[in-house]
Amino acid sequence: MATVAADRLFGKSIKRREDPRFITGRGQYVDDLKLPGMTYAAFVRSPHAHARIRKIDTAAALRHPGVVAVFTGKDMTGVNSLPCGWDLRKEKKIPGVVQDLAMVPHMPLTSDAARHVGDPVAVVIADSQSAAIDAAELVNVDWEPLPAVTNTEKAAQSGAAQLHDGAPGNVAFKWEIGDRAATDAAFKSAAVTVKKRIVNQRLVANAMEPRACVARYEDATGDLTLWVTSQNPHVHRLLMCAFVLGIPEHKVRVIAPDVGGGFGSKIFLYNEEVVCSWASRRLKRPVRWTASRREAYLTDAHGRDHVTDAEIALARDGKILGLRVKTTANLGAYLSTFAPAVPTFLYGTLLNGVYTIGAIHCEVTGVFSNTTAVDAYRGAGRPEACYAIERIVEAGARGLGMDVAELRKKNFIPKFSGAYQTHVAVAYDSGDYGAAWDRMLQMLDYKKFRAEQEAARKQGRLLGIGFSAYIEACSIAPSKLVGALGAGAGLYESGKVRVHPTGMVTVFTGSHSHGQGHETTFAQLVADKLGIPIEHVDIVHGDTGSVAFGMGTYGSRSASVGGTAILMSLNKVIEKGKKIAAHLLEASPGDIEFGGGQFSVKGAPGKAVPFGAVSLTAYVPHNYPEGLEPGLEETSFYDPSNFCFPFGAHACVVEVERDTGNVRILRYLAVDDVGNVINPMIVDGMVHGGIAQGVGQALWEGAVYDGQSGQLMTGSMMDYALPKADMLPMYETDRTVTPTPVNPMGVKGAGETGTIASPPAVVNAVVDALAPLGVDHIEAMPLTAERVWKIIQGAKGAR
Amino acid sequence: MKLPVKMTINGQSYSHEVEPRLLLVHYIRETVGLTGTHVGCDTSQCGACTILMDGQAVKACNFFAVQVDGANIMTIEGLAKDGELHPIQQGFWEKHGLQCGFCTPGMIMSAYQMLERYPKPSEAQIRHQLEGNLCRCTGYHNIVKAIEWAAEHMPAKR
Repeated sequence: MATVAADRLFGKSIKRREDPRFITGRGQYVDDLKLPGMTYAAFVRSPHAHARIRKIDTAAALRHPGVVAVFTGKDMTGVNSLPCGWDLRKEKKIPGVVQDLAMVPHMPLTSDAARHVGDPVAVVIADSQSAAIDAAELVNVDWEPLPAVTNTEKAAQSGAAQLHDGAPGNVAFKWEIGDRAATDAAFKSAAVTVKKRIVNQRLVANAMEPRACVARYEDATGDLTLWVTSQNPHVHRLLMCAFVLGIPEHKVRVIAPDVGGGFGSKIFLYNEEVVCSWASRRLKRPVRWTASRREAYLTDAHGRDHVTDAEIALARDGKILGLRVKTTANLGAYLSTFAPAVPTFLYGTLLNGVYTIGAIHCEVTGVFSNTTAVDAYRGAGRPEACYAIERIVEAGARGLGMDVAELRKKNFIPKFSGAYQTHVAVAYDSGDYGAAWDRMLQMLDYKKFRAEQEAARKQGRLLGIGFSAYIEACSIAPSKLVGALGAGAGLYESGKVRVHPTGMVTVFTGSHSHGQGHETTFAQLVADKLGIPIEHVDIVHGDTGSVAFGMGTYGSRSASVGGTAILMSLNKVIEKGKKIAAHLLEASPGDIEFGGGQFSVKGAPGKAVPFGAVSLTAYVPHNYPEGLEPGLEETSFYDPSNFCFPFGAHACVVEVERDTGNVRILRYLAVDDVGNVINPMIVDGMVHGGIAQGVGQALWEGAVYDGQSGQLMTGSMMDYALPKADMLPMYETDRTVTPTPVNPMGVKGAGETGTIASPPAVVNAVVDALAPLGVDHIEAMPLTAERVWKIIQGAKGAR
Repeated sequence: MKLPVKMTINGQSYSHEVEPRLLLVHYIRETVGLTGTHVGCDTSQCGACTILMDGQAVKACNFFAVQVDGANIMTIEGLAKDGELHPIQQGFWEKHGLQCGFCTPGMIMSAYQMLERYPKPSEAQIRHQLEGNLCRCTGYHNIVKAIEWAAEHMPAKR
């Protein structure tokens, strides 16, 4: 591919620069790492959902050949709880707090009681992986099983098993947003109100690479290096050093090399990497641990798990007067790193959707249960909000007897740019919701579909269509704002541009790519801005040893926040370059312009000096401006002024087999508006993958606990139904482009849109398909053939 | 107790003494040191460890190393010849058939046998033949496109 300097790469679908190593098997994932003297860790985990630990006998394990050490929680003296980075407390003046967050302890190895199946209680470290696993079987834990509760609705009921002394009734927090009185008034004045129970089931992220870590402590220097499957290595380092292990941050280097997918599950600080780091310091040998898939199901943070009562108030003409939402969010047994933010500020703030709504009120109760901790999973709070709105809007339309598309169109917020203040705190940046919607309807040919559906229904076929007009908040996030909402961190990003003497460029970004393609998209920005071939640009990420600082990748923030930080540094490089060029060209810096890789004097195009000559001069400063520092390297930290709010319109066409309940997707359409797009091929790919995960939630996926034993029934890939190639269609995608005014590139964020938009589209389609049978609502996902078959059998119109 | 095992991997002979319970995938990754073959599950669902054994695409987690003594194996590292990408590898690159890259080696090795069986597969055939390989990033759309691209660009069989 031609990548000469004159080509503008922004907006081009160039092939990914990282691919050659992946397609030839030369990626470097954590589990690929082998170090001299390396030991292997295996964790002893609770087989019970809830049990007191009476005693742990490690003698037999210690005698096993090859075993180096066995540690329990009691050995880890001076080690603190894994921190929760989001503090919902009234005394911190966090808005909406009704009951303070219970900051319950979460020890790396629990020593009083286990609170979910898989809770680690001991670690065996051995010379080989097999010896470690064998010896872990020999650790004898004297358990006293206790009653357990796993169900979201039952967790806070009286009589439920209690998890933590510090959280009476298993209530983690209570929180609200919106205007209760105005919402009550809206419901009083409504022509029609519709209330539905809407369950957003628990999911498992299932990144294809299981979590892993290698910790290496060097006794002679006191340096600790941790290779870990992380979406944000600096955050891992900060949390581990400052909160858990109390070791000096500057003596710890965290490297997240190639990481095989994250989807949120690799944001958080986990027990195992803390234990391996601690053990490596103790043993003065490298320690490696890689999760089995079974361990991944039991310990990777889960997602969603909301039970919601949603209620919509409508005027006779279809105007949305009010929205009332009550949600119980299951947080699992402990507070994962960002758990309290997900069902509050990433959820309640999105309940305005893309509509002009009279008033909104939302209450959320977070509960503890004997299940794996729940935290951000792709979309994180926003899919739950979108699902509640887009389901209740269609239920409302049916209640009113109005077409679901027409009702939406009546209520879209009109096109705007700059700010639209919602009823739930956030102000949208720019939007043209009707445009994306109209484009989607045009691709679909809605009228034609309804005619086909009518004909199919006459033949007894169950055809349905479902829509989703979504909005999401990404480009996470303005530090001051999130600080005021309870975040323990700032959410800026850093970007350093190092220009080498020969004009080659290395960029260090705090964003981390685990599939997103930063080595390509960020290089496109740099090549464009500096007018140099993309081959002259390298992107470095995922290493605290070389990257200044970084908050990492999640919340669709890499291009908008990380990319902007790089852009700021590029501007600084050019400004300095102008001073050097002015000196070389004997002109004033104000008269120098830069373009196409040349610094030139305005109005005198012949007087020019190329980028490479300027960079060389910066490092060989013989003929150089007085008072200017040598070198050409700039660092910037970008803190966004607002979130960005991508939006779009999705539609799903399904056919339900009457006899089996099987749902077949006939068409899936997505029109997304993510602002300007750096690499359309990459954005399309993310949209595809997001849709697949959302369709997975709608139709097949779900983490299921046995209500009696508290065992995870879906603890392997045999039991948890991940979508396969033959279960999914080709996706029909398009875009509208409404650039954000928040950042100079006008990019919003694209990583989560598909996962947010697709579940309601699919479920709405199935409800529509079953409408002739008298079905007007389906409470729970996934819509497996079995569930749909039962709904058909129970429907009054079925016989 | 260790047992001797010999096999050819990517044209090179290897012989080791290994524990009888050592899985072939761990032999390839840990003993031989070819880490392109990945482990994504423990129930033989994910297909990230797919290799070619005596011409058959198999999951390397489904065999003990000692069980396949004498086998002729090709892993993802053996597919490109003299720095020249195989059309399937090229197809995955051209059509953005990968994101995180973790499932990719297994996908490519499965596609290799698929295209031997069905040189011009339909979309439905491709999807069906990938039934043993999971991807969490791409939603499969571009993997299908990648394999279609490869089918179009495979050199004619002699």
